[in-house]
Amino acid sequence: MTGKIVVDELFAWYDDREVLKGISLEIKANRVTAIIGPSGCGKSTFIRCLNRMHEIVPGAGTAGKVYLDGRDVYALNPIEVRRRVGMIFQTPNVFPAMSIFQNVAVGLALNGWRRRQELHSTVEKTLSQVGLLEEVAGRLDQPATGLSSGQLQRLCIARTLAVEPEVLLMDEPCSALDPIASFRIEELIRELKQKYTIVIVTHNMQQAARISDYTAFLAQGELIEYGSTPAVFINPKDRRTESYITGRSA
Amino acid sequence: MEAGRIEVRQMANSRIEPKPGHFGRQLKSSVMAVLCASLTMLVLGLLLLVLGYILWRGLPGLSLDFFTKPPAPVGMRGGGLAHAIAGSFILMGLACLLGIPWGVGIGIFLAEYARKGFFGEAVRFLVDVLSGVPSITIGIFVYTVIVVRMKNFSALAGGVALGIIMVPLVARNTEGILRLVPQGLREAGLSLGLPFWKVTLFLVLPSAARGIVIGITLAGAGVAGEAAPLFFTSLNNNFWSVNLLEPVSSLPMEIFRYATAPFAAWHELAWTGALVLIGIVILVMLLARLFLPGFEIRR
Ligand SMILES: Nc1ncnc2c1ncn2[C@@H]1O[C@H](COP(=O)(O)OP(=O)(O)OP(=O)(O)O)[C@@H](O)[C@H]1O
Ligand SMILES: [Mg+2]
Repeated sequence: MTGKIVVDELFAWYDDREVLKGISLEIKANRVTAIIGPSGCGKSTFIRCLNRMHEIVPGAGTAGKVYLDGRDVYALNPIEVRRRVGMIFQTPNVFPAMSIFQNVAVGLALNGWRRRQELHSTVEKTLSQVGLLEEVAGRLDQPATGLSSGQLQRLCIARTLAVEPEVLLMDEPCSALDPIASFRIEELIRELKQKYTIVIVTHNMQQAARISDYTAFLAQGELIEYGSTPAVFINPKDRRTESYITGRSA
Repeated sequence: MEAGRIEVRQMANSRIEPKPGHFGRQLKSSVMAVLCASLTMLVLGLLLLVLGYILWRGLPGLSLDFFTKPPAPVGMRGGGLAHAIAGSFILMGLACLLGIPWGVGIGIFLAEYARKGFFGEAVRFLVDVLSGVPSITIGIFVYTVIVVRMKNFSALAGGVALGIIMVPLVARNTEGILRLVPQGLREAGLSLGLPFWKVTLFLVLPSAARGIVIGITLAGAGVAGEAAPLFFTSLNNNFWSVNLLEPVSSLPMEIFRYATAPFAAWHELAWTGALVLIGIVILVMLLARLFLPGFEIRR
């Protein structure tokens, strides 16, 4: 099985500052891949390159190749890439002017889906996928800002699922949540990997060990180690990986 | 145990005990606070004084006639400023028609498309210069461009002049408000595979609507009281007129005319006109604040 996403010698920079220095790896379909590494090593930058969100920062650029199902992402329309490769951010940034329903439907509605009926069934489907349907029953038309942080993050996931992506990129999706809300997201990730390919950035080693099938360790813009999660955590090949996951500074 | 307690107490004491220079700093701080507070009270007092005086002089003339009747012939009492109120609404309508889309458009351009870079800076500078141009100059400009060519003073020319004055105010405020919208909101929209213009128009703009509209009401309030540019453009009209190609009356022009005339009855009309002008402005600003939803945006 070749990778859902194949990254080949990826470089990335902000203005004249190089942040990723030639990263190559394969991300497997229907698996959870965790990206770990010290703060500032380029984890966010890396996953933002995968759906071409990196280039929206003025002065930012990339070199190298990213393939999605064998097609060069940088030769496709960025709009299409982002629709196929969705992204969840650290802060659950819901749209404040919109109701819960509108927040989930917005991706479709603004892409020309007008039939209320279809929107309704999609919103219901994705809300139940993230386990929110019952919690927000009867207040779909109320502002989304009234929900708890954990609910908001799941709402953001539902919003992303509604446009039917194939890959989900998650940038520290639990770091603003309490342990119980985090646990719910972790459960959700485990369910979602049946249908989606998931890449998650996390600072929480236990979380990475619990939910991921593969782990990539980045340091200073370079891929130090990549392999199956048990292998990386139990038997790291590189001394830097070992000291990072055991909490000694690299 | 006992020793530990004493230590804690000593630490607590040492936090309260003034350190060298502590008293001086506290004095400076309170002098500053008192100074700021008194300046605030002063400006509030002035505002109340102006409002109170206008109420006192204008309220007696306030009647239904004032809003529905044209002015009475010279020397007669009574009559109203219906023609000027209607004229002001026409002029403001035209000004908004021109100034809002133009100003908001420039604001969106500056905040979303030209945040950095030479061209954006140049536009920003020119917009600032435009907002510093005296309104009478804009009046002369519109006079040469529209009034002279059409060979007629007109409501249209007045509306255009007021609209141009609104543009830089609306533009800079819109830009400022849009810049407050967190980048994360734009990224969330883009990550859904939405094109940038849709993100701007349907996600960013609505989140900032309250601030943008409040800015528009402030700009509108500013030009609603302008008389200088109207001398060259819409001029004045003693009669009711809703023809956009004819001169039209307006509250500032009528206030000027009546206030400088030698009749007591006219002075009263001028005060009432001023009261109505302020009333309309305050009402619109109040409505905008009351009914526009504001959104708390998480960062
Ligand atoms: N918008 C930006 N402009 C300039 N430099 C940036 C920008 N974003 C990130 N950087 C720099 O790029 C480097 C990598 O940043 P990145 O956000 O990818 O790190 P990270 O591994 O996600 O860190 P963290 O764990 O703190 O989220 C950092 O040194 C950072 O200072
Ligand atoms: Mg990061």
